[in-house]
Amino acid sequence: MSRGRVVAVVPAWNESGAIGRVVDEIKGFDPAIDVVVIDDASTDDTAAVAESRGATVLRLPFNVGIGGAVQTGFRYALEQGYELAVRLDGDGQHDASEIAKIIGPVEAGDADLVIGSRFVDPDATYRPPFARRIGIRVFARLVSVLGGQHVTDTTSGFVALDRAGIELFASQYPHDYPEVEATLIALRSGLRVSQVQVEMRERETGSSSITFVRSLYYIVKVMLALLVASLRRYPQLEGARR
Amino acid sequence: MTPLRLSIAGVVASVLLILVVLELIRGRRLKERYALLWLATGVVLLMLSAWRDGLNTIAGWLGVTSYPPAVLFAVATLFIILVLLHYSTVISKLTDENVDLAQRIALLEERVSRPQEPAD
Repeated sequence: MSRGRVVAVVPAWNESGAIGRVVDEIKGFDPAIDVVVIDDASTDDTAAVAESRGATVLRLPFNVGIGGAVQTGFRYALEQGYELAVRLDGDGQHDASEIAKIIGPVEAGDADLVIGSRFVDPDATYRPPFARRIGIRVFARLVSVLGGQHVTDTTSGFVALDRAGIELFASQYPHDYPEVEATLIALRSGLRVSQVQVEMRERETGSSSITFVRSLYYIVKVMLALLVASLRRYPQLEGARR
Repeated sequence: MTPLRLSIAGVVASVLLILVVLELIRGRRLKERYALLWLATGVVLLMLSAWRDGLNTIAGWLGVTSYPPAVLFAVATLFIILVLLHYSTVISKLTDENVDLAQRIALLEERVSRPQEPAD
């Protein structure tokens, strides 16, 4: 069995309605991309559906949350020697045809981490509800200040990583609501981060995991994590500077 | 001055605490490393209960003049907070280790279930 250079890391929890199409779309975009779906202890047949579409499935024995699931995929990528990893959500909100855009800068050697951002282009169509828009903007501003580089979308789960990025996230990745803190960790570890404009679709099945009480927890947890992350010292990744 | 009956009750309670902790260790139901803070709690409370002049002196330092046993409660509360904080760090560590194990299991299971690759 030959392995490709690029792996798509797809975390999924009870996404049997969407996961099949997600895998198909990635394969349809580029059959050479290996798709690994991390089944975060779903109670439906997410794993079976993903497997039937030709994805490699990593089955977590119990639910560890989105960050722990994604990290499993990065550990897999590290272990299997992939040069490049793309992370997409299992609910289908990321458009596989845009993978080309986010892996472009990584393949060219210009970035270690590329974030698919919804807000690089001010004329972009994505308009989240007011409260969420404010939240996204505040986090982006905070990470930009603490990380020393302007980023526009720190809550995006659509990212591409090179080997240095895979190594970093395989060894440390927050377990719940990970994206914002992960962006700051990447910046503070000296990864070269860039962002490209992407479109995101509204989810088709299932529901967003963000409810009101959870969003309060989300905000407080992420704020605390950012504060602490900015007080920590991160070893600078030499490998990132080629 | 601390009422004598309160001092006696304090001594009995702290001795009981120490004995229960020792018994739990003996029966291997409590690991030594998690027992140390409890034993320290018992010993300190025992000392403060038995040494009545000492409790008064310490209360004086802290400006507690009307009711010295308040210091006893404060010290007990402080130790309980320490024990709980210690447990929070233990739980955090266990959570991390748990996730790490879950991830390893997922990776290993995938490797084990993979069809044998032909040797070339």
